[in-house]
Amino acid sequence: MSRQYRTLIIIVVIVIIAIWLDLPNNLSLFGRPNVFTHLGLDLVGGVQALLEADVPAGTTVDPTSMNTAVKIVENRVNGLGVSEAVVQKAGSQRIVVEIPGVKDPQQAIATIKTTGLLEFVDMSSISPQEAFTMINQKIVTDFGSTSGPQQPSPVVTPTLGSSPTTSPTLTATTEVISPTIKTTPGAITSTTPTQTPTLQIWHTVMTGSAIQNVNVVPDQTGGYQVAFTLTSDGGKIFSDITSAHVGDVLAIILDKEVISTPTIQNAITDGKGVITGKFTSASANQLAVQLRYGSLPIPLKVVEVSIVGPTLGQDSLRKSLIAGGVGLGIVIFFMAFYYRLPGLLADLALICYALIAFSVFRSYPITLTLPGIAGFVLSIGMAVDANILIFERLKEELRAGRSLRPAIDLGWGRAWPSIRDSNFSTLITCGVLYFFGSAFGASIVKGFSLTLAIGVLVSLFTAVIVTRTFLHLVLDNLRFAEHPKWFGV
Amino acid sequence: MLDIVGKRYWFFGLSLIVIIPGMIALILWGLPLAIDFTGGSLLEVKFTNGLPPQLSDVRAIYADNGFTDVQIQTSGNDTLIIRSKDMDETQRATIIADMAKKSGAQVTVQRFDSVGPAVGQEVTRQAGFAVAAAAFFIMIYITIAFRRVPNAFRYGVSAVIAMFHDILVVIGVEALIGHFLGWEADSLFLTALLTVIGFSVHDTIVVFDRIRENANIYRRVLYEKLVNHSIVQTLDRSINTQLTVMFTLLSLALLGGVTTRHFVIILLIGVFTGTYSSIFNAASILVVWENREWRHWFRLGESKASA
Repeated sequence: MSRQYRTLIIIVVIVIIAIWLDLPNNLSLFGRPNVFTHLGLDLVGGVQALLEADVPAGTTVDPTSMNTAVKIVENRVNGLGVSEAVVQKAGSQRIVVEIPGVKDPQQAIATIKTTGLLEFVDMSSISPQEAFTMINQKIVTDFGSTSGPQQPSPVVTPTLGSSPTTSPTLTATTEVISPTIKTTPGAITSTTPTQTPTLQIWHTVMTGSAIQNVNVVPDQTGGYQVAFTLTSDGGKIFSDITSAHVGDVLAIILDKEVISTPTIQNAITDGKGVITGKFTSASANQLAVQLRYGSLPIPLKVVEVSIVGPTLGQDSLRKSLIAGGVGLGIVIFFMAFYYRLPGLLADLALICYALIAFSVFRSYPITLTLPGIAGFVLSIGMAVDANILIFERLKEELRAGRSLRPAIDLGWGRAWPSIRDSNFSTLITCGVLYFFGSAFGASIVKGFSLTLAIGVLVSLFTAVIVTRTFLHLVLDNLRFAEHPKWFGV
Repeated sequence: MLDIVGKRYWFFGLSLIVIIPGMIALILWGLPLAIDFTGGSLLEVKFTNGLPPQLSDVRAIYADNGFTDVQIQTSGNDTLIIRSKDMDETQRATIIADMAKKSGAQVTVQRFDSVGPAVGQEVTRQAGFAVAAAAFFIMIYITIAFRRVPNAFRYGVSAVIAMFHDILVVIGVEALIGHFLGWEADSLFLTALLTVIGFSVHDTIVVFDRIRENANIYRRVLYEKLVNHSIVQTLDRSINTQLTVMFTLLSLALLGGVTTRHFVIILLIGVFTGTYSSIFNAASILVVWENREWRHWFRLGESKASA
């Protein structure tokens, strides 16, 4: 068997695998892994947000807490119940989040970016009525805050032995009034000095990290509440607190805001409880997702957000596909018309190109965006460039009086350096684009560069190897083809 | 034979005729930058089952939320495109709820973008860096690829000069279009520009490759003749590749979605100028360099025989 036939077999196998990967999902799969076309946000609609660590300018964020934040954000996004979401670190302080097809972008972003720090705060010093008036107010607690006079009791630490001793000290620490406020000389300029209790620092008994499992359940009034189960250590602390403080308020604080002020009715020893508040189904879910995956180690802020409605994308997708088909058709016609027999073979190779490139996009996978499709269509035009280069050389060699087969080999050989160098420079640009896109979470730019780069690499294979093999095979088997007129000379 | 190199100053002049107006537009009006670079927000909303609110009402709603510098565009009779400073999700939700209340129609968000000013500045800075990095790496690569040719460095530099020619044409045209049609340069424009860079160099290398090859065959031929011969030999290929790429881009421009039209048109202009510069400018720059013609540029009266 000649070399040509062996190459042909390899080409046929590759093309068959490509077709197999390109087939739509609803057709029989022949054991194919679940491969599908990933469509970008601009095509299916959805939300993209760029989050940035909310720290004072100039401060650097420690990479481990950034990575933890990425992980938590990823878990939260997946907790929203959407598929194909992307969460990536962009640069050192940013996280890019892409959620395709999300119904309520506002809710999604709120779920992702809020810190989600839940605290159980001892409010035994005030009456349940007083505590109730504090709902929705911001308070200061002694957990995790950087300023303020407190420093002991980082609480919650699952040291079992220490927990019984914490309860008697609670009453002592609660009624502390910040001394720094009272000593400020310009006291007259501020509001009535008797109202300073707002600066009270409350004691955090435990945080959301003691929670093992959460569920959203409807309550009797048609609202929602979040039921939780504590870890065994958390359950112990909870049990001690609730038995020591029956009749007192154990407030639930989310991101330093009071969300509910339940009164302890009796000791809770089974480690289960509910968080009530004015929850809707969505806000209860948001809290549940945040509790389930933990609070963020660093606060995040949204620096860039982009929302695309679904209808806009679908229309563009349909139009771009039609445009791509028409473009491909014109190129095929042009090649066959201008270069005759080799042109037709190049067209076959071009179809192989489209099939292979598309299967790579699906299995890599590369998310197809509108510019990505434009890049792909553009690469069709550029894919035939290698063939044009070769055929022009082939024609020259034929005109110079060489016989066909040496002319073919010379054509390929002489065109190769220019094909190699020109395509390599395109790959360099792709690399720069990819780098630029990654640094900013500009996934559209990144997608475009990847599509173009894969297009360049696949086209090198189809234009150089596939076309040449086809041409040799045709000449071997069809004697009449060996006339220069078939080559447009 | 076609004498392209001999008429090089005519072709340089033609380039200047295109570039100078663009640069004047750029200096006078600047390049209208989209919020990707400047920061800000863009909200595109569609009103169904009712009419959109009056523009003055929209302004009032924005003002209530603290946005004073607001630009509103209508698109069709049911869609508004509103630009303002960057906003957060709560503000967006309030504004949309207010618009729904005011108009009584159902409001659908077609598109919403908000970019903080710091991010925008960073993107702009990095964009310049990306272009410079691409130019640098390409120049290095060409110098290496042409290392067997005398003065290999000149090939890299000439390709990069031709590349900057194409960047100037594209940015100039964008500045003109931006001023007269209100298009804004966004991150897709940047993508198009970088693609044009890739294409431009791709095209130039094909011509240079032919010079590299011919230089080994015709050792005694005058450099100017050699270059011209190489250009003419690759002319068919340059034009045909240009045609196939233009076919696909034209079909995208005419039939493709509106969202990528701007992008595709910039690519079309870039591909055209990319081919033009590789045929008429890039190789001619090599000849200018070889002859050191700049010595005569400012002494028009003297003869050129010294070259």
